[in-house]
Amino acid sequence: MTVELDLTGLTTRAAQVWGGVRLVPLTRDEPITGLRLHARAYRDDPGVVELDRRTHYVSYIPHGFVATWTDDDSPVATYGTQLKRDADDAGPPEHGMKLRFRRRMARRVDRNRLRFLPLHIAVEGYLALHFGGPLIVWDEWSEHAIRHGLSPRVEEAYSGAEVEGLVDALKHFEIHPSQCGVLVYVADALAAAFVVPHPDDYRALHATLVQDMYGELVHQYATMRAAAPRFDVRLTDDVASLADLRAAAAREQAEWARFHDLTMAEALLGETYSARRVYRMGDYTLSRFLPTFRLKEENHIGELITDRDGRTAYLKTFRLSEAQTRRGYLLSKLAAHDWHLATTATALGITVRQLDARLQRVGLGALLREDVRARYRAA
Amino acid sequence: MDAIAADDMLLFINAATTSTSQREFHGGADEQRLSLDFLHDYVIGNYRDLYAAALALDINDHNAALIVRKLLETTGDATAGQRRVEGALIARRLRVLPPQRVYDLFRALRRAKVNNRRTRAIIREWVAGRPDPAFDAVKYRTGLKRALRHAHVAPDGELGPFLFTTRDHRRYDTPLLETWRRAHYEKASVYGLPYTVAEGFAAKHGIDRATFLKRIEPRMTRLERLRVQESARRGNAAVAVDLGQMPLTRLASYVLSLPVAERAERRDELTGALRAAAVRAAGRAAGGWGRVAAVLDDSFSASGSAQKRRRPLAVALACHYLLAELAAEYVPLWTSGRTDALLAYPFGMTPLGERVLDALEHAPDRLLIVSDGWDNAPYGLAAEVLRVWRAKLDPARRVAAVHLNPVYDAADFDVKRLARAVPTVGVRDAEDVPALVEFARFIEGGTAFADLRAHFDERVSRFLEEG
Repeated sequence: MTVELDLTGLTTRAAQVWGGVRLVPLTRDEPITGLRLHARAYRDDPGVVELDRRTHYVSYIPHGFVATWTDDDSPVATYGTQLKRDADDAGPPEHGMKLRFRRRMARRVDRNRLRFLPLHIAVEGYLALHFGGPLIVWDEWSEHAIRHGLSPRVEEAYSGAEVEGLVDALKHFEIHPSQCGVLVYVADALAAAFVVPHPDDYRALHATLVQDMYGELVHQYATMRAAAPRFDVRLTDDVASLADLRAAAAREQAEWARFHDLTMAEALLGETYSARRVYRMGDYTLSRFLPTFRLKEENHIGELITDRDGRTAYLKTFRLSEAQTRRGYLLSKLAAHDWHLATTATALGITVRQLDARLQRVGLGALLREDVRARYRAA
Repeated sequence: MDAIAADDMLLFINAATTSTSQREFHGGADEQRLSLDFLHDYVIGNYRDLYAAALALDINDHNAALIVRKLLETTGDATAGQRRVEGALIARRLRVLPPQRVYDLFRALRRAKVNNRRTRAIIREWVAGRPDPAFDAVKYRTGLKRALRHAHVAPDGELGPFLFTTRDHRRYDTPLLETWRRAHYEKASVYGLPYTVAEGFAAKHGIDRATFLKRIEPRMTRLERLRVQESARRGNAAVAVDLGQMPLTRLASYVLSLPVAERAERRDELTGALRAAAVRAAGRAAGGWGRVAAVLDDSFSASGSAQKRRRPLAVALACHYLLAELAAEYVPLWTSGRTDALLAYPFGMTPLGERVLDALEHAPDRLLIVSDGWDNAPYGLAAEVLRVWRAKLDPARRVAAVHLNPVYDAADFDVKRLARAVPTVGVRDAEDVPALVEFARFIEGGTAFADLRAHFDERVSRFLEEG
């Protein structure tokens, strides 16, 4: 299934710049009320969500969110974003990873705070979720790849706290009252997109952008410390009244939104993605999407919740680095040819031996059985 | 040359009004301190006369103390004539500074090893001019002791033994000193001491907080009463505070420190107090400003910092009440679009441009903008709106527009400006607004240096006459 990201209902607002980081807020005129962040994420702060007992809404739990769901007080991390029927449902998420902290560590965590997994764990899980591993057992694939999918494969990612300037940028950012999302640019390269259904959810999750993962490209760009231009507004002198002036200001705003959507975010919004539907609940569908893996271009992977009309209710993306793109490219080609090496090689126009070498170079060599690789080398 | 000097001085006045070397929303304390220090060094190096004259203006206490320190540190660079004027200005300013600030200044001088003859004379003269030496000796014991030692002054009477000898004294004739001595072993005497000193003794005697607050209440200063409101409530003790006599900006800060629900509950009382303070601040100018439109910033950045909690918002709130008194017809426009000033809280972005347009639509006689100048929704819209409006729609300057900025921007060595077409002045307390709006004319029209100089001279002579 292919999808395009549909941000209908979201308005691009004026960006705020701090050093090299540009944050572009997205606002909703009408917040989505049928889908809300799971109440557990708000815990101890019930004033934020007004729960109406009679309306049933679907709630979501973001990927990597850590919460205590069971009575035994052990924290569980969500593995992949999940949907729940009822906000009152206090059962643990279906796909959860039990976390074992040593006692001292667990104590230091502030209980009232939204917690997410340390992201080196989260990002590995993320990529593993997208590639299930070979479905048909061809001879070549090593036992490990078949049994355990393509994990463990460490992908290089940095938490937001390590991205130079991002912490300050988020701290100084002034959240719009109806803000439901943000696009994060580092040195004007799109690093991540984040959309939630409701402004209250956004306010609760804004600070967690620091705990998110960002690819090594983003991390590198941030260390260059080049300040992003602010794109100050310019108005024409050609006005005769205040109404003209107001119209000119409105035109400028619209012009910025257009420029942003069509130019700055083009690689994210203009692309088609292959999506896999994970779950459907009521009006909402959770899916994970992969890009077409165009080499040497921007590629984003992510999770998406859409409503019945395909409009985005929840979105979270991760920008792949060059190396990850190359890896993804080979994996997607392999997946497209049922993980059969010879067919894939033919499709790529190279020999099996060359394909083996390429897999080796991008760090996927361990996936092939050693005796099979020896055969290729000998041939 | 003169134009540059005038610009430099105006910039310095703005900085000296707003900066306190503390953390701001957009900058750390170190950044602020370094920036301000550099600015002081630059100005004292180039315009020493004017630098000293700044003591006569409405700059904040932090900068006044800094100016005094820098002047005393560089006594050698001054001519005899300069020293005479500086001496008079310093002595006069020290008299109006709060004593704890002056003792801090003396400590800074001691640390910097500034001990020239002039410094010693100034310390001696200030200490001699204190109304109640025994009170100072008890409340600022270490400060006074070090100042005296630094300035080589032998105190009179019992103060010498009180400050400098070890505790083998039998009894003092000065009542306060005697109370202090007895407070060491007698609980009742604790309540005869100033609050800050008594607090230490209360801890020593293990006196329960509620009892202590109840009995020490008469000895508390106005600010101390305000400060302990919350802790008193937690301890079930009531400390009376007379909101009716509080200065306007201070009162606004207090109101903003209360939870929104409580403000709504005490609406009449708080509004009444704010109005009364505004009426006092407006004085005879009340109602004389015609139609006034104000753009007031309650965006997230108005929350200030941990050191200056909600300071920018407090200034805006105080301005709101003051302008309501000064204006014949008043239109307040908060950046958030909310209309209930009493329940203001910092949240959201800063669409100054849009609000300025809204304000201009009311066709006011005066336009005031109270904001930290971080116009970010979108960047630069307010500047462009004001520029085009001045150039095309109001070239005759029929509407007087002033931007009041409560926040020092460390990177620019000035408060953040919105547009060239509208003067920006730094503001510390809303009470100064009428004076600042007058002062803004210097910034607006590329002032001749001579005018500015004359203004300074006039302020200096007035300042010295008053004291």
